[in-house]
Amino acid sequence: MKQKLVIIGNGMAGMKSVEELLSSSPEKFDITVFGAEPYGNYNRILLSPVLCGEKSIKDIMINDRQWYEDNNIILHAGPDKAVISIDRIRKVVVSKDGTQAHYDRLLISTGSKPFILPIPGNDLQGVIAFRDVYDVNTMLDYSKQKTHAVVLGGGLLGLEAANGLAKRGMQVTVVHSNAILLNRQLDSTAGYLLQQALERRGVRFKMPAKTLSLVDDGKGHVKAVLFADDSELPCDLFVMAIGIRPNIALAQSAGIHCEKGIVVSDTLQTYDPSIYAVGECIQHRGDTFGLVAPLFEQAKVCANHLCGHGVAQYKTLPSATKLKVTGINLFSLGEFNGDEHCEIILFSDPSAGVYKKLVIKNKHIIGLVLFGDTKDGAWYQSLLEQRTNIEDMRELLIFGQAYFQPNLATEV
Amino acid sequence: MTNHKQQNLIATTVKTTCSYCGVGCGIVAEVNRDTREVIVIGDDDHPANFGRLCSKGSSLGETLELSSRLLEPQVYGKQVGWSTALDIVANKFNQIIDQYGSDAIAFYGSGQLLTEDYYVANKLMKGFIGSANIDTNSRLCMSSSVAGHKRTFGSDTVPACYDDYEQAELIILVGSNTAWCHPVSFQRIKAAKESNPKLKVVVIDPRKTQTCDIADLHIPVKIGTDVVLFNGLLSYLYQEYALDQEFIQQHTQGFEETIMAAQNDALNVATVALKCQVAPHILETFYRWYKETKKTLSLYSQGVNQSSSGTDKVSAILHCHLATGRIGKPGCGPLSLTGQPNAMGGREVGGLAHQLAAHMDFNPEDIERVKRFWQSDNMADKPGLTATELFDAVADGKIKAIWIMATNPVVSMPNADKIKQALKKCEFVVVSDCVAHTDTLDLADIKLPAAPWSEKDGTVTNSERRISRQRALLPLAGDAKPDWWIITQVAKKMGFTKGFTYQSSVEIFREHARLSGFENNKKQRLRDFDIFQLANISEDDYHNLQPIQWPITAKKPKGTARLFAKGKFFTPTKKANFTPIKFKPPVNLPNEQWPLVLNTGRLRDQWHTMTRTALAPRLNQHKPEPFVEITSADALDYGLIHGELAQIASTWGKMLVRVVITETIPQGVIFVPMHWTAQFSSQGRMGALVNPVIDPISKQPESKHTPVNIKAYDAQWHGFIISRHPLVFDGIDYTVLVKGNGYFHYEVASSKKIRNWQYHLANQLSPYTDKLDWQTYQDERKSLFRSACFSAKELQAVLIISPHSHLPERGWIGSLFDPLRTGSLKDDERMALLTGKPPLGTPDVGKIICACFNVGEKIILSAIKNSKLTTPQAVGKCCKAGTNCGSCVPEIKELINSSITVTGN
Repeated sequence: MKQKLVIIGNGMAGMKSVEELLSSSPEKFDITVFGAEPYGNYNRILLSPVLCGEKSIKDIMINDRQWYEDNNIILHAGPDKAVISIDRIRKVVVSKDGTQAHYDRLLISTGSKPFILPIPGNDLQGVIAFRDVYDVNTMLDYSKQKTHAVVLGGGLLGLEAANGLAKRGMQVTVVHSNAILLNRQLDSTAGYLLQQALERRGVRFKMPAKTLSLVDDGKGHVKAVLFADDSELPCDLFVMAIGIRPNIALAQSAGIHCEKGIVVSDTLQTYDPSIYAVGECIQHRGDTFGLVAPLFEQAKVCANHLCGHGVAQYKTLPSATKLKVTGINLFSLGEFNGDEHCEIILFSDPSAGVYKKLVIKNKHIIGLVLFGDTKDGAWYQSLLEQRTNIEDMRELLIFGQAYFQPNLATEV
Repeated sequence: MTNHKQQNLIATTVKTTCSYCGVGCGIVAEVNRDTREVIVIGDDDHPANFGRLCSKGSSLGETLELSSRLLEPQVYGKQVGWSTALDIVANKFNQIIDQYGSDAIAFYGSGQLLTEDYYVANKLMKGFIGSANIDTNSRLCMSSSVAGHKRTFGSDTVPACYDDYEQAELIILVGSNTAWCHPVSFQRIKAAKESNPKLKVVVIDPRKTQTCDIADLHIPVKIGTDVVLFNGLLSYLYQEYALDQEFIQQHTQGFEETIMAAQNDALNVATVALKCQVAPHILETFYRWYKETKKTLSLYSQGVNQSSSGTDKVSAILHCHLATGRIGKPGCGPLSLTGQPNAMGGREVGGLAHQLAAHMDFNPEDIERVKRFWQSDNMADKPGLTATELFDAVADGKIKAIWIMATNPVVSMPNADKIKQALKKCEFVVVSDCVAHTDTLDLADIKLPAAPWSEKDGTVTNSERRISRQRALLPLAGDAKPDWWIITQVAKKMGFTKGFTYQSSVEIFREHARLSGFENNKKQRLRDFDIFQLANISEDDYHNLQPIQWPITAKKPKGTARLFAKGKFFTPTKKANFTPIKFKPPVNLPNEQWPLVLNTGRLRDQWHTMTRTALAPRLNQHKPEPFVEITSADALDYGLIHGELAQIASTWGKMLVRVVITETIPQGVIFVPMHWTAQFSSQGRMGALVNPVIDPISKQPESKHTPVNIKAYDAQWHGFIISRHPLVFDGIDYTVLVKGNGYFHYEVASSKKIRNWQYHLANQLSPYTDKLDWQTYQDERKSLFRSACFSAKELQAVLIISPHSHLPERGWIGSLFDPLRTGSLKDDERMALLTGKPPLGTPDVGKIICACFNVGEKIILSAIKNSKLTTPQAVGKCCKAGTNCGSCVPEIKELINSSITVTGN
């Protein structure tokens, strides 16, 4: 008889694990999936293009309900199907509407929750995060009727939201606490170039700025934002995009060891040997996650162990950052600022909108920022991951892979 | 030549003569006088070249830009009108003559002057100022030949002619890189060799030059030992009973002493081998061929002339011809290859200080004769100072005023830094030239704008005594005037009104022709130079004058191909002189402090001090930088690396050049090109190093032998800059300017760090551009810095700096400045810019090999590889390389050979 595998969370990390499992050991488990959103599985990363109007919800679906049927997966999707408890003794999970499922192995992939700034007015209407299809639909509704949007947070998500709202016709101001946009991915030069590029697209910036409170229009709806410098911005829609927190409430309530996230081993196992966890909800060797690449890697390793192969180990590699704003190419990886022991290779052509920076330490690339011309990002990433000694290629390295292809030099 | 140009041309066709070497090629110029565009091709009808032109001649049309010209008279840095300038010159000359005497004035002329210009300059100095202090750059080039001719024949006569190339069966090229310095003669010899399998070519040169490409035998003599080689030849012929005793008896004198001296010097092959450092079997082959081949032609040039024993070398060569009677007959004789377009014309008028005029000398009869002819009462009565003596006198303050015409002694003279100092100190320096800046012109008090080739009009005489017309193609630009006009104006303003009333160059030519025939007969004073038949030439006939070889006499109105066929010479006895010659080594020999010998010479695509050739972008690509050739063994000893920089020093000066390791020169010898000036390089003037040693008879400097040392130059950084606009550098040790098509290319290196390149560049470019946008590449740890700047997307400059000398290719970056290119750079080009390599898909042709058709090394190599080509002809068919002037054929051969070697391995 097959073992039972239950997955809590119908997101990208969980479903990637399922896909991996199906491809290596399709007969091993009877699979049941619980998801709090009423859809199949979709690519959350592509919500920004949906907001911009470059893609539709349909385009970003990874697996529709038919897929679950075809693969004999039981899907419990919708707000009522959110899992509210795990009985680790009986190995049963229970959802809000009382649906129960027994498991031999449980995979928790509850993802993350947007961080909501603790300021007065953060519960007003018109104050949202940018996390799921529901949020996107909310923003689209506002953009049809209202004018002023304020996006809090000059990170990837915030900038994508701002760009989308601007494209949808709203007057958008990004409020950022740091003087540099994407300061966790870009150095000041690249951040400045990015700001210019977004300004050309109509996005305004207020930075560095500290948000004090949101003002009620008297009907429970936000109407303005107040800042620590006493300035004020009109606001019909306030989007919080200042980071995420691992969604660990369920795991905690089940007594699974958590710190910032659900603590897992190199095999993605929690402190309960029957329970695994992947994705933004976990904490691995002190790290939590927000980008897709490590999630997929976790899914692979986790599936490997669930199948009983038991050979893979998860190791966090630097993940590349890409901003999904059409026409703005940026790529950031690793220790892009470097320290005093690092050497910097720099290429910049501001008027052409290009900036490239490689951070070298001990003859290896340990970080980089590419802005404007990102076509070699993947190549640099492979050099970084494979710890290639770049000394012999150093002089032309920043000009890209084309200069290191064997036939190029002398062919006419 | 572009189609675009051809279409716009309202063609006027003018025949003229090339402005460069002494081959004297005929040119057909298609001229658009409105746009000043000129397209040149070889003149099929001209007997010097029959349609061929070399890379330099072919590019003449590209050197006519006005931006680099001197177009107004300047007096102490201020532009003035002609009458002011001429007044100042004439008054100052008169004042100096009054105060110090006429010997306090000197003229220094040039083989670039036309015969008519030269004639009036000589007449003014020797006939009216009353000094013979007029010498010329021919002193640096030809005077040993002149002296050798004079001593042996009694006259400065070149007996043979170019037709002999096709008739000879043994051609000996002595001290001549004909392939590069007289390319069209070389091509003609090469063609002769191809059609006549009997013709053998021997090259005598310490260097294995490109000329050796057609050599059956290369004799790499030790520098300066030519006398031994030819004394040895004379001894050998004597011992082998191969001499023409009858000719010796009837037509020569002094043979006995001469053969004794020759045998003393070089009794046998073994002795010669030892002294010349040549393998005996090579000498035996040469001597045997000479013995066996009646039709022997000896061509010689600077390797013979530029020596402290230059006159003796010439004599030694002439002796072998005299002793075998191989002179004046078809296919045989000595033929001195002159360096300049009108070196011969200068000698005709007496442009050298020891000559009087029209092949007459400073003897009482000749002085009296010329005095009567010129109706002068102030004739010079003794030879004047020759070039080195003349500038010494300037340095010593004995000469107070000097007028330099159409030449650049600050570059070309030996111990050139001394010349510079001398001119700086000199009270009054007048320079007439066609360009605005030369190293010499920059020291002038008075600058007079002379008409250049394409605007001046007169005659020149080539190496085979052929007088050809150099015709004006374009109207005079700005205030430029012909040299003869400038000289006669000064003469008149000095008060010599009667002798200088010419209205045009033909009037001068008639007088010159009349003087050549004046009392020129057996009774009075028979002279070789006689063109009296042209003394009454009409203006039309002068205008249409066809190339013709002097002497032109009543008996030979159509000119004379060869002289001395009958064994009659111009000595008092009518017999040619043998002069006993003893080998003398070069004056300064290498020693512990100066262990290497510096040899100097020319390159294929440059001419003299580059004032004209460096204007033609395609001529600057062959050898863009001054360099030193050194053997790998010496390079190892002195710690030099190919492509790096080296400092060469002699007692007299130093230079900084790029190292080229080659096995084409002997160990112990290094070679540098003669061309670079301060206009194009910070430390590339070879003249600064050359020892001021002269031949005691010809007074020609020993430019091919100076003891020097060499050491690696320790640059902190190397780099290059390619800029749309000219730049000026201060405080950078090594800079070389290479003018390109639409850009200025600077090679730079220094031991001192430049802190803010962008600041310096921006400053320099600010007169030409608005706001600059910068692209930069920096790897501080590796000291790599590259930058490009744009003004409104138009590329302005590219800068590459590196701690080592392995820099990106310059060719593709340069091509981005091509004026015919439209629009700004494509994105991928802009991103690839600082690599020096075109983005994927854009061809990179490599180093330019064929300057005529602009064909690069990579194109040729890929043609060789892809089509499996094995001959230069096949390469030519495939990509046109080498099919015009042909001077790159040796390099194409090398490429073929190297490809074969690579494939073979």
